[in-house]
Amino acid sequence: MKVLVAVKRVVDYKVQIRVKSDNSGVETQNVKMSVNPPDENAIEEAVKLKEQGLANEIISVSIGDDKSQDVLRTSMAMGIDRSILVKSQNTLEPLAVAKTLKIIIDKEKPDLVLMGKQAIDDDSNQTGQILSALLNWPQGCFISNLKIENNKVFISREIDEGIENLETSLPAVLTCDLRLNTPRFASLPNIMKAKKKPLETIDIDTLGIDTSSKIKTLKVIEPPKRKAGIMVNDVKELVQKLKYEAKVI
Amino acid sequence: MSVLVIAEHDNKNLKSSTLNTISAAEKLSEDIHLLILGNKIEDLAKSSKSIQLVKKVIICDHEKLENQIPELSSPIISNLAENYSHILAPSSTFGKNLLPRVSAQLDVTQISDIIGIESQDTFIRPIYAGNAISYVQTDQKINLMTVRPTSFEKCEEAGGDAAVENIPFIDSEVKTTFVSREVSKSDRPELGNARVVVSGGRGLENSDNFKLLYDLADKLNAAVGASRAAVDSGYIGNEYQVGQTGKMVAPELYIAVGISGAIQHLAGMKESKVIVAINKDLEAPIFNIADYGLSSDLFQAIPEIIKELDLLNQIES
Repeated sequence: MKVLVAVKRVVDYKVQIRVKSDNSGVETQNVKMSVNPPDENAIEEAVKLKEQGLANEIISVSIGDDKSQDVLRTSMAMGIDRSILVKSQNTLEPLAVAKTLKIIIDKEKPDLVLMGKQAIDDDSNQTGQILSALLNWPQGCFISNLKIENNKVFISREIDEGIENLETSLPAVLTCDLRLNTPRFASLPNIMKAKKKPLETIDIDTLGIDTSSKIKTLKVIEPPKRKAGIMVNDVKELVQKLKYEAKVI
Repeated sequence: MSVLVIAEHDNKNLKSSTLNTISAAEKLSEDIHLLILGNKIEDLAKSSKSIQLVKKVIICDHEKLENQIPELSSPIISNLAENYSHILAPSSTFGKNLLPRVSAQLDVTQISDIIGIESQDTFIRPIYAGNAISYVQTDQKINLMTVRPTSFEKCEEAGGDAAVENIPFIDSEVKTTFVSREVSKSDRPELGNARVVVSGGRGLENSDNFKLLYDLADKLNAAVGASRAAVDSGYIGNEYQVGQTGKMVAPELYIAVGISGAIQHLAGMKESKVIVAINKDLEAPIFNIADYGLSSDLFQAIPEIIKELDLLNQIES
């Protein structure tokens, strides 16, 4: 089985982001960037499938500028065999991302595609679902458990009501929840080894698809700030405040 | 033009997120159609036609639609799309799972998780876990959007008499079969639309201690929530998680107990009207957004709060 993992480079989850002063977007210069957290779970799951002998080749793909090589190198340091960077100067919308991935998938012919359930910058939560529809492959979203046996795929999905268990088959597109596994840290020797693993670069303009934006961002603003509250001294004061000041109990 | 709202339901009742989404649709058109895809939904259709804002209820009733497999339901939606200027679904795991497939089938870019509607083509959505708010505009032939339920009031469920139209089921070859659903049963209000939410974090230390929170929640007729840390640690199920990758809540009162307040958690609750934080760590970031902070050991504070609430009730009765 061949597994393809889609990876996005995003502002690190610990960074307190800043809105640009001209309200054109969020500051991403001189900010720590990392692998999108649930994409790390997708990488980890692919590496586990290889360790279990279920996958024989695991590859990662990212779309972005040259700097996105970082996240691909990180994925290879975690155990991915080789990577593909689709070079694009523009930020792509989920539909364009899925179309781009589909072209890579048509060429690479993986049996399984894994990615995070959402990117923590744009929070769209769309790409896996769109890709599944474009490929006409089964979709499994927000998965927190995966078992593959004889081409059968058993997944547990995190839904608002609890957990949903589905059975499906390969090939499939699965999007990963943070609870799917615990991503490993890349060891120093593995980081060194990853530098020698193959990283192919493809220019997005050579793919012949429309990746232009369909949505125009008019402005990006800071959310309204909450007013600073007060510290109460004890439980009695708290309950009194809630009852007679805030009037919520 | 007309607006289509995709109903979230359990084949018996509409989820309240559907009512919030209908309110969002009202800002776009007076001609709102509600599409219900499900199995044995005659009664659901009957109760839904009385929603005042809905002009037409469109029903697709088929046993294969029982479990809302998106591969089966999305082509039915795409097939209706040309009649509508906007298609809306709740931004719940239901809507998130379903609507992007329609985006693929119609070849239009979806706008996720809108919290405001400026005009027919301009929408407001949070990005970066709500740490930035983006105003976006589109000129696509159809606007596909998921709607954050807590940003729109629930619409009235009575007073209307909509027409009901049955549409035929369109079968698709689907390789996925439903196995089971593990749903926790609770008499407490639904987390997504409770008036009061009591949420616990890693400070609770184990699942047994969550009983303390359940007691407090029951006193306040509140829903129970949790931080990702508490869910990851196995104290409580994933359906209770509040935050960027969990549920969004905006109750009148949110009580955060033993929660430090990571930005990913704040993303899910900072729209609450009144926020109370109880944490023994005075440096916890949750205090920066709380209206009332109590720096105290939660294992002492929670039983004391319950006692105080009992006293208040005695005075009143």
